[in-house]
Amino acid sequence: MNSRSLQTTIIFLVVGGILVLAFSGVLGSASRGFTATLINIQTWIAGRFAGFQDFVTAPRDIVTLRQRNAELEAQVSQLQAQLIELQQRVNETEILAALVDFSRSNPESTYKAASVIGRDPSPFLHYIIINRGSNDDIRRGMPVVTNQGLVGRIDAVIADAARVQLVTDPASSVNVYLQNTDTSAVLYGSVTGDISLDLISQNVTVEAGDLILTSGLGGGYPADLIIGQVVTVRALEFELFQQATVQPAVDFSRLEIVLVITNFRPVDIAPLEPATTPIP
Amino acid sequence: MRNLIAFPLLGLAVILQSSIVSQVRLLNGYADLPLVLLAAWALQERVDSAWHWGAVACIFLGFISNLPLPVMILGYFGVLFVARILQRRVWQAPLLAMFSVVFLGTLFFHLLSFIILRFLGTIFSFGDVAGLVTLPSLLLNMLLSIPIYPFMRDVSHWVYPVEEFA
Repeated sequence: MNSRSLQTTIIFLVVGGILVLAFSGVLGSASRGFTATLINIQTWIAGRFAGFQDFVTAPRDIVTLRQRNAELEAQVSQLQAQLIELQQRVNETEILAALVDFSRSNPESTYKAASVIGRDPSPFLHYIIINRGSNDDIRRGMPVVTNQGLVGRIDAVIADAARVQLVTDPASSVNVYLQNTDTSAVLYGSVTGDISLDLISQNVTVEAGDLILTSGLGGGYPADLIIGQVVTVRALEFELFQQATVQPAVDFSRLEIVLVITNFRPVDIAPLEPATTPIP
Repeated sequence: MRNLIAFPLLGLAVILQSSIVSQVRLLNGYADLPLVLLAAWALQERVDSAWHWGAVACIFLGFISNLPLPVMILGYFGVLFVARILQRRVWQAPLLAMFSVVFLGTLFFHLLSFIILRFLGTIFSFGDVAGLVTLPSLLLNMLLSIPIYPFMRDVSHWVYPVEEFA
């Protein structure tokens, strides 16, 4: 063994012996200071390494988080769309349930449900377009109702659609009677969509809240369909008739589904009306 | 041949008018999309098919509306007539011409509707019609003409390409 390797062996033995003595606790306070220093150094290095590791791995996490966020946002959008669709279905179901209740409570008529798919393009006219036509046995003149009351009547029909004249149309007139006073009158529409009563006899007392129903006179509508309630009355002594404004039972701005009374055939009484020129 | 786009475009316009535009009300008036579309089309420089487009619009509207056909024909063709006249005179300020046509066209159309419907027996109050229907419709038509004019200009560039026109 040469002198160099002997020197190395001695150094190793000395250092190893010190370490053994230190770990076995023989060196006492010197040993504790040494191990504390080692632990501090290891803690510092471990802390720096953890920071470096975070620095290296953080961008990958952001990409993952962004992907996850995008997935969740897409999922939220999808769920919101489903929620809206389900709310629409709930609304539709509620309307249909009300219409079914109405048809059950009025079994004398047969009904066909139809969706409102449009309105007349002219602001002068109050018509709606429904998605049922002659293919569904819809005919001109059939009354259209909701569970709330009278909507109007079929004005024109094509194969798969029909146009309905609302009672609010300025050209519409309906023979009605006031339930509380049992007197008849005529209901007119207007360009603003308001409806009013005219030709009410001066001999009856009409009050706000009186219920208005179709009388069936003239054969244009079946009797006893609810139209609305009297809001205000105008009775002037020098006029022949009283007039009244009416709050319709149906909300015409929110019509979605309506019922067509298919077993009602309007009667054309024109030939029975008195001729304007006397027959010789 | 590209003029055949009048059929899908005006068909869509009438459907939108019936299903959406007529629901967006200001008082009792609402915009008239086919009228604004026709006015914008007739004001385009290269367009020579405005009358054909007017006829197509009348056909589509005749199916949906209960407005008497003469009102529609006279009304829309009147709008086209005014537009063609102004197009030659106010060509340097197209948006001004558009507003003028829509303003005059809407007034003309509503006046015509009022007169003919009154003649046919419908009871109207002129004050109600003017204040609650015509003026709000006028405002909405003017607003609608702002996006419609550039859209129809692009359509006219597609239907009448520069090379073909030259």
